[in-house]
Amino acid sequence: MDWDASLLWQFDLLLLLMAVICAIAALSLKDLISCAVIGGVYSFLLCLAWTEMLAVDVAFTEAAVGAGISTVLILGTVLHLNRRSKD
Amino acid sequence: MKQLTLVLVTLIGVLLLQAAMDLPDWSDPASPASLHLSSHYLEKGLEETGVPNIVTAVLADYRSYDTLFETVVILAAGLIVLTILRRTLRRRPKAVRPRPQRESQDIILQGAARLLVPAIQVFALYVVAHGHYSPGGGFQGGVIFGTSFILLALCYDLRVVLARFREKTVLFCCAAGVLLYAGVGALCMALGWNFLGYAALAGMLGSTEVMARSHGILAVEIGVGITVMAIMVSLYIDLASGGDLDEGL
Amino acid sequence: MDELLPFIVAKYNYWAALILLLIGLYGMIAKNNLMKKVIGMTIFQTAIILFYISVGEKKGASIPIILEGHGVASSTAPVIEAVAYANPLPHVLMLTAIVVGVGTLGVALALLQKIHRVHGSIEEDDILEDLRNRPE
Repeated sequence: MDWDASLLWQFDLLLLLMAVICAIAALSLKDLISCAVIGGVYSFLLCLAWTEMLAVDVAFTEAAVGAGISTVLILGTVLHLNRRSKD
Repeated sequence: MKQLTLVLVTLIGVLLLQAAMDLPDWSDPASPASLHLSSHYLEKGLEETGVPNIVTAVLADYRSYDTLFETVVILAAGLIVLTILRRTLRRRPKAVRPRPQRESQDIILQGAARLLVPAIQVFALYVVAHGHYSPGGGFQGGVIFGTSFILLALCYDLRVVLARFREKTVLFCCAAGVLLYAGVGALCMALGWNFLGYAALAGMLGSTEVMARSHGILAVEIGVGITVMAIMVSLYIDLASGGDLDEGL
Repeated sequence: MDELLPFIVAKYNYWAALILLLIGLYGMIAKNNLMKKVIGMTIFQTAIILFYISVGEKKGASIPIILEGHGVASSTAPVIEAVAYANPLPHVLMLTAIVVGVGTLGVALALLQKIHRVHGSIEEDDILEDLRNRPE
């Protein structure tokens, strides 16, 4: 192999830092629909991080399942509950 | 309560860090996780199964027992949601939620859905079929196929999707996928080899043992894809309608 | 201190997985809203998956799809070295983990809807009060 496809640590650090910020935000926001959307963003950032870590199958599954199905299911449930949370 | 939890969580963090000091460095090629069995899978995988995508080969051939029961777990999850939420008789009135009445048709959404849904479905079938050579396989293809129906339900109405893909058909597909997977395994056992030993199919398909394993992997990936697709649709229609199946998101 | 710095730099994937794990754990324990607990659960699961995937990476390697299988012509017999490909075993285990995670999420959300139907709210304090006031 004449290219080094792995371990761009700057990219990795940036993605994981943004993922940590999204995780904190998903738990602190008061509006549950925003929590669902930020959860989708978090899944997508982790998918990018795993692609960088050479786990392409796992990243594919996480993009389809986490950023797609999981977000839609949480949104579909939140519309049957109270949209505002007290903490 | 929250301060106590912060203290507890920090304590657990310190303990885990203490344990992490002994773990090998990141991306070290000589770490113990990469030495023993996975080097066998990488070196012999292509010549024993004929599948270049080693993750698919390990998932559907070397560890096919785990994948069978993972599919059963997904089936069980879908059935549990059905049992909890689905009712035909309404005993107490539905909570009144103010929602805008959707009288007009959303032309942009419906036009875009009509263009996208066939492309998504063809892409999903491609992902299942090409899982031997590129990232993909049964799960990813099944989930993408399921999301095509969810897209249709979001842009049109849940009743439109249920008119095309009835609940009985959904449940039949859930079970048919697991039946296909276990059926391939039982067929291998009936032909004299182990359960899910695909080399038994060599005589039936008229090919070498390596190609028989490749075809066995394809067959079980199709089974997994069918079940996952049906379960995703079933989860959506039960959760988004609160069990009533009369209106969705 | 001088053994802490290489520890931070050489093993920082464990730090990332650890921080996400602790955030998810805090969300599951401390939050009152049940939906936040479910979101904490998904963060916890993805942190575990991040840990396993980072264990399976190798420096200077490529994705675990063998190039020789695509009909790449080579005059000599292809020699496949295990050190040139990332470790596929954690990827396989984590594929199962992701899909089982979405099944668990579905069941959790169904239970949440049922709780809301019975008690009228998904805040823990309100549910406990409703249970206390219920004439049972």
